[in-house]
Amino acid sequence: MLLGLYVPGNSPLHRRRAGTKLAVLGVLLGVMGVFRTAEVVTGGFVALTALTLLSGVGLRTMLAQLRPLLWFAVFVGAFQIWLSGPRQAALAVGFLLVSVGLAALVTLTTRTQELLDCMVSGLRPLRRLGVDPERAALTMSLTIRSIPVLLELSQDVQQARRARGAERSLRAFAVPLLIRTVRHADRVGEALAARGVDDP
Amino acid sequence: MRRTPLATHDLALVAVFAALVAVLGAPGYISVSGLSAPITLQTLGVMLTGSVLGARRAPLAVLTFLALVAAGLPLLAGGRGGLSMFTGPTGGFLVGWLVGAAVIGWLVEHRPSRFGLGWVALANLVGGIAVVYAFGVPWMSWAATDLSLSAAWAASIVYLPGDLIKVAVTTVIAGGLLRGYPTAMPVQHRVRRDRDSVAG
Repeated sequence: MLLGLYVPGNSPLHRRRAGTKLAVLGVLLGVMGVFRTAEVVTGGFVALTALTLLSGVGLRTMLAQLRPLLWFAVFVGAFQIWLSGPRQAALAVGFLLVSVGLAALVTLTTRTQELLDCMVSGLRPLRRLGVDPERAALTMSLTIRSIPVLLELSQDVQQARRARGAERSLRAFAVPLLIRTVRHADRVGEALAARGVDDP
Repeated sequence: MRRTPLATHDLALVAVFAALVAVLGAPGYISVSGLSAPITLQTLGVMLTGSVLGARRAPLAVLTFLALVAAGLPLLAGGRGGLSMFTGPTGGFLVGWLVGAAVIGWLVEHRPSRFGLGWVALANLVGGIAVVYAFGVPWMSWAATDLSLSAAWAASIVYLPGDLIKVAVTTVIAGGLLRGYPTAMPVQHRVRRDRDSVAG
């Protein structure tokens, strides 16, 4: 039902562990963010291109990830050319592309479940602050399971709205949807309690 | 400071509202008739979550949603997702949602008794717009390399009218929920806390 953005493959990038990739991404973006010189951004751009080719996800997939940036990059480029010249514009647009592209590369080469597991284990040191990683993992799976349920609820509510002749009313849609959402949460809570997930 | 983990029913509410934010971002399923341009209701989901779940559970619901996005599920409006949503120029708005939901929840929980739904509107103006833009705009200016704050504002301002409409809609819907399901709103929260203190 819910498909992640992961592109299956067996490249060296796919085989690295999620934690390693996240750490490398964090360091690269941190360094780039602080030292935003032409050399660093050019280096980042070369790395992005090389890693994309190495990962085997395809240039087209990568361009699709960068596409939402298009209007903003054009805006920034035009603004910087006007204000500080083409060199600064290239730097700004390059930084945007590389910071988004590298992060997208991690998403494209790591399974959703692996990233989720990585986040949950990242919560473990917070246990002493009262964070319960298992309950966090349970919450995330419940959310994934609830999405199709709520989609169905929203379709029911839309049909009900049509039957009442109130197609144009946002209120006749959103109020029943919200009430049914809260009721659904009540039922989920009861179901959890029935399965032995008690209050801590 | 150690905080107790969430009670089971609260956990269910957090999970289901995280799913609601996701569902409201799916334009194929929810069409706001009467408008020709598709408008995303995801911010509406964040505002509703803040208004209904209160200061503690609302940010947890938004955090759960953002964790799933970061893990690579395409849950943001337009079928977008992945880590690049956080490293890109609009990442600040996502962080703003998190803080904004907490602020909305706190304000709604601390509603002075002489105010009615007008207070809910105020809470959403502050948390759902002021806080969100306070994170989103400076982040955008940083990500775009010395883009001036006023230029970053210019790039964000197109969303402001839609956000104002969403505040109005949230207020109306919150009123509907209050009538249709009175125990769902955080006013209830104070009662519950009193009961806890008696029990403790």
